[in-house]
Amino acid sequence: MANYNLTTPLTEEVVRKLRVRDVVTLQGTIFGIRDLTQIYIFDRGNEPPVSLQGAACIHTAPSLKKVGDRWEKICVGTTTSGRMDRFTPLLMEKYGVRAIIGKGGQYQASLDAMKKFGGCYLAIVGGAAAVETKQIVEVEKVYFEELHPEALYQFRVKDFGPLTVAMDSHGNNLYTEVKKAAEGKLPEIYKRLGI
Amino acid sequence: MKKASERETNPTAKEIFKTILANVELADKESMLICQDTGLPIYLVKVGTKFQVDCAKIAAALKEGAKRATVEHPFRSSSTHPITRVNPQTSVGEGLPILYWDFIEGSDVLDILMIPKGSGSENMSAMKMFTPADGVKALKKFVVDTVLQSGSNPCPPGVIGVGIGGTADLVSKLAKEAIARPVGSHNHDPYFAKMEDELLEAINSLGIGPMGLGGAVTTLAVHIEWAYTHITQNPIAINTQCWPARRARAKIYPDGKVEHGY
Repeated sequence: MANYNLTTPLTEEVVRKLRVRDVVTLQGTIFGIRDLTQIYIFDRGNEPPVSLQGAACIHTAPSLKKVGDRWEKICVGTTTSGRMDRFTPLLMEKYGVRAIIGKGGQYQASLDAMKKFGGCYLAIVGGAAAVETKQIVEVEKVYFEELHPEALYQFRVKDFGPLTVAMDSHGNNLYTEVKKAAEGKLPEIYKRLGI
Repeated sequence: MKKASERETNPTAKEIFKTILANVELADKESMLICQDTGLPIYLVKVGTKFQVDCAKIAAALKEGAKRATVEHPFRSSSTHPITRVNPQTSVGEGLPILYWDFIEGSDVLDILMIPKGSGSENMSAMKMFTPADGVKALKKFVVDTVLQSGSNPCPPGVIGVGIGGTADLVSKLAKEAIARPVGSHNHDPYFAKMEDELLEAINSLGIGPMGLGGAVTTLAVHIEWAYTHITQNPIAINTQCWPARRARAKIYPDGKVEHGY
């Protein structure tokens, strides 16, 4: 369980060092994405107007308000990643995204892409939006503004985390590991309950 | 939550508890939202039979209140049309807010409990109509299996609400009432109180842990609410509550005094 303090953009070399259960804190820039952002990019063929090479993308629909030309944060929290599983391999292959930040984890296709392209899944604490909002220093830019609150957001962050490496580039998935261990305990639990 | 964190030995889980507790403290100190998903507005209203009130007016006021919380305050509108998916940005709409009414014989209090229910946990709800022949075993197995399948999604460790008996609709309402109880309280019936402890032990033995990343604390409590059912039925419903388990209560007295709580 190693600790890493990483600055974006992330390189393949750094990401390949990460193993499940390691703890990561991020500095630099992260990109906010959600269901509609990715439907807009991949299903409706709109190219992201910014490079996502080495990017860390967080699954979020932030509460922001626009004051003049600037966007100010109200509350930024993380949503369930499972719904957006089909987009992660595309983000990694086509645009060079290296980290997905979310809650609940993703599935086999994403794990395979992480192995192939050098990516990872960083688990945040769902529901801890106050901490998350505080660690976002500034909303630097909002792309595809008409999609807000599901646009493409560029956030500058400081000491963003701690994030747990829950899926790594070596084929490990902490969520399935935990579930498998739980399934192994079921016969004993059933017995105690008289099932 | 603090007590639960002291039981935890898994390093990843301990780290998650630290963030959870820091988040509560920060949200409290700086009046920030604890979670961005302020959910759908649900009100459990208990009207004392000695409290003279026009319930239709209370219903209209609660709808207006849910709207104002969204338009004037940072409540996120999470309500949407089920087909067009158009969000009115008011947190209400056809059928919303959700209002449950109960009447308390002899009481002179109007007790309003508000639960903003987020989707991460609500999406993991489950209901099943078992048969009498399936027995209580099937109910217990359904609870354990549902929690295991839900894994990390409902933002554990929260509360597992279980409804037993009634009809398809009543059993779901009972499960919702179960998550609204103070954490760790027991059902008034000793049989179901014992079942709550039994299921709590079973669920925490799974090792799913905070946020599903492994650990000793998968849930803080199991609450059961129950009702009589049909002779041919054996229904069960599960409503999961996330760790922030947000609740706000207003007790209104005949002299106009309002007592706020949880």
